[in-house]
Amino acid sequence: MTSIFLRSIKFLIGLGFVFVLLLALLSSITGLIKEPPKQTAEQALHKHPKELHLASNGPLGKFDIGQLQRGFKVYKEVCATCHSLNLIAFRNLADLGYSEAQVKKIAKEWAIKQPVFDEKAGSWGERDNLPSDRFPKVYYAGTGNPPDLSLITKARHDGAAYVYSLLTGYGEKPDPAVAAKFPEAMKTPDGMHFNPYFANLNIAMPPPLTSEGQVQFDDGTRPTVDQMAKDVSAFLVWTAEPTLQKRHEAGLAVLIFLLIATGLAYGAYLTVWRGMKH
Amino acid sequence: MATFEEGVSPGQTVGPGGELLENPRRRDYLTYAAASVAAVGAGVVVLPLVNSMNPSADVLALSTTEVNLDAIEPGQAIKASFRKQPLFVRNLTPAEIAQADAVPVSSLRDPQTLEQRTAEGHKNWLITLGVCTHLGCVPLGAGEGESKGPFGGYFCPCHGSAYDTAGRIRQGPAPKNLEVPKYNFTSDTVVVVG
Amino acid sequence: MSFPWARHYEPKNPVMKWVDDRLPLPRFVYNAIGAGYPVPRNLNYFWNFGILAGLSLVIQIVTGIVLAMHFHSSAAGAFESVNGTIMRDVNAGWFLRFAHANGASMFFIVVYIHIFRGLHYGSYKAPREMVWLLGVVIFLLMMATAFMGYVLPWGQMSFWGAQVITGFFSAIPVVGDWVRVWLLGGYAPDDATLNRFFSLHYLLPFVIAGVIILHIWALHIPGSNNPTGVEVKGEQDTVPFHPYYTAKDGFGVGIFLILFSTLIFFYPDYLGHPDNYIPANPLSTPAHIVPEWYFWPFYAILRAFTADFILDAKLWGVLAMFGSILLLFFLPWLDRSPVRSAHYRPMYRVAFWVLVADVLILGWCGGSPAEPFYVITSQIAAAYYFAHFLIIVPIISRIETPRPLPNSITEAVLGDEGGSRITATAATA
Repeated sequence: MTSIFLRSIKFLIGLGFVFVLLLALLSSITGLIKEPPKQTAEQALHKHPKELHLASNGPLGKFDIGQLQRGFKVYKEVCATCHSLNLIAFRNLADLGYSEAQVKKIAKEWAIKQPVFDEKAGSWGERDNLPSDRFPKVYYAGTGNPPDLSLITKARHDGAAYVYSLLTGYGEKPDPAVAAKFPEAMKTPDGMHFNPYFANLNIAMPPPLTSEGQVQFDDGTRPTVDQMAKDVSAFLVWTAEPTLQKRHEAGLAVLIFLLIATGLAYGAYLTVWRGMKH
Repeated sequence: MATFEEGVSPGQTVGPGGELLENPRRRDYLTYAAASVAAVGAGVVVLPLVNSMNPSADVLALSTTEVNLDAIEPGQAIKASFRKQPLFVRNLTPAEIAQADAVPVSSLRDPQTLEQRTAEGHKNWLITLGVCTHLGCVPLGAGEGESKGPFGGYFCPCHGSAYDTAGRIRQGPAPKNLEVPKYNFTSDTVVVVG
Repeated sequence: MSFPWARHYEPKNPVMKWVDDRLPLPRFVYNAIGAGYPVPRNLNYFWNFGILAGLSLVIQIVTGIVLAMHFHSSAAGAFESVNGTIMRDVNAGWFLRFAHANGASMFFIVVYIHIFRGLHYGSYKAPREMVWLLGVVIFLLMMATAFMGYVLPWGQMSFWGAQVITGFFSAIPVVGDWVRVWLLGGYAPDDATLNRFFSLHYLLPFVIAGVIILHIWALHIPGSNNPTGVEVKGEQDTVPFHPYYTAKDGFGVGIFLILFSTLIFFYPDYLGHPDNYIPANPLSTPAHIVPEWYFWPFYAILRAFTADFILDAKLWGVLAMFGSILLLFFLPWLDRSPVRSAHYRPMYRVAFWVLVADVLILGWCGGSPAEPFYVITSQIAAAYYFAHFLIIVPIISRIETPRPLPNSITEAVLGDEGGSRITATAATA
């Protein structure tokens, strides 16, 4: 008796798991029939980011320094009021082609100062930014929580394209026929703004880029809303990974070396095994 | 198994399975090439590992310190921080300068004059690292009420090295004078170190 | 090892002889992975993956030790130290970090192929059960190490991963909640959790290295299995590990490094999740939380249990998820077929490939949101998973008629003609 039980215990356990799973399957299917899943407003109205071609895209992408400088200007004059850039230091701006003196000047003139604690007075004061400082934290009192932008293009699917689409997507009204099906979702709450590229469809951030010429570019590029959005997206790709171009260049060298080494290793393998059938 | 029927030629040997093997010496060429390239690769991979232990960019960026000299009276010294090391800034009195100048340079362990150790036109400002050149302790003498040692400069309590009013080693085990970092005066009262 | 024709180590110079007399370490290496270890001559490329797994562990340990020199293990500083200091300021820090993060993925890819190699060619069967059991132990340790490592950057997925995984333990009746609080060192993941995970994440790889030594030791008692599953009969069936398999592994390592470098340098975030670039926020859960890809099949099994039956659904899910790995320990006794290789087992071969597809489907469901379609698919796939190991394989091993096996490895390699000819040559030579 016991030996038969022991021998069939595996079947019992197996059948047990299968049985419970079938029960669960049954309940999933009845649930599905009773309450067929309804399309949510987000599923119907949320749009995937538009395509965005940047010089830094692709496995061998390089930064377009001119574009990064324009993007930094957009960040400085538009985004920086609410969004911080905590992981970037002023000294990093040297990567964008600014000289040491220019970096010093940018840091010194930055609107938000570095907080310093006065040990003797026991109170907080502030001082000018130095090149070695990270961009200071931005305190924002209004609705919503403006995220730090240092990693934003890595922290969202399709990073740069998402930022670009979000910035230029405010005007895009949904198809009225589809929108009519979701009257609730179409009621944009006070202080919020409809944007089909935002996951919840309604975003607290008001349209940041509204008119051509909002930012004046030093290199003569025409500052359309589309151009400013593109440039700031490119800049945020850089802030997310300033070493991206270095990574691509190193990768190319490493792959070339490895292809040669692997070719030799294959040759060595064939030579060692020559005449040995296997 | 056609090759088998042809028999064993001079450059070949019979393998463990009975098959023909090329002369072992002939296969060396490619194997050695592959092994050497692999060794080069392994060597190159060590570089980023070692390099990552060098000071990082944020540490290097902190390499200048600004010191305001306004509040330092003659005869006083302050301790500042330069590259996370103590920095002594001392306003020498005329008597201390005279004391330093009176020492014959050739008699010193690390011969240097006070002029060589201060900036031109600012002979009263002795700016040195507060790191004993023996084994890295912080000498006494810069703080209020600390012993200045037998030569009126600094005194390291760890192993008894004594420095004079020019921060030069005069007694004890330290081999060198207190190090003078690079600095320049941006105005009469502000000095940037580093 | 136990083969009488294995070559013997002879120290070439007096220094090596002196060492050999006092500490025979070179002899040990020679017999383990040198010319002193006779290996079946017919191993295919799937036998490269053991060495590759060992290499992956070495890469992880080396990059991990250097990264630990720059990491701040505190809830306030961890995210910044990884994404700020290491990625931006430390010399080559971005390379080390991407190598370590993607190295974990490469390690799992290699180990999964290694495990399925074992399943296909019956490498878990007598006399290699111990090799298999130690392998499952290594796999469990790897999963624990990888999970704790993923918590360290303290992003959103790190934090909520820690929350969810420790939540498994709260399914244990009576003491569950206490166990969870004990594991976390608090009521939610925080400094205490991060610090203990960092400590264990540093320790476990060395434990893995120790178990790997046992794994290889146990392997050398019977010697390596091979694609035919037929035991080695004589010297003509084997070649010395060095130079034959060192050369072949060298080529395998090259291919491995090419794929690995492609990930590191060109697609470093491809296998990661964007949400882990958001600092941990204990007040907001990401919309879709998923573990790293290598846990997806098990995550799908966990989520497949949605109905209460005697035990509640949560406990069933946790039991099944751990059970799905633990049952691998019993595999050598579940499959009683004397034939090892699926090549000669027509029914098992089909079941094996269905299992491969099944695990891929489970993985796909585990990485997708918990929508009805994926839940239903994972329920069917999870049922097959358990049925495969506990019902189908035991039954197949009784009723299946295997195809005729070759008499020896050499015969399989050279064909019937070659085999007899070799015997003839051996007699004349």
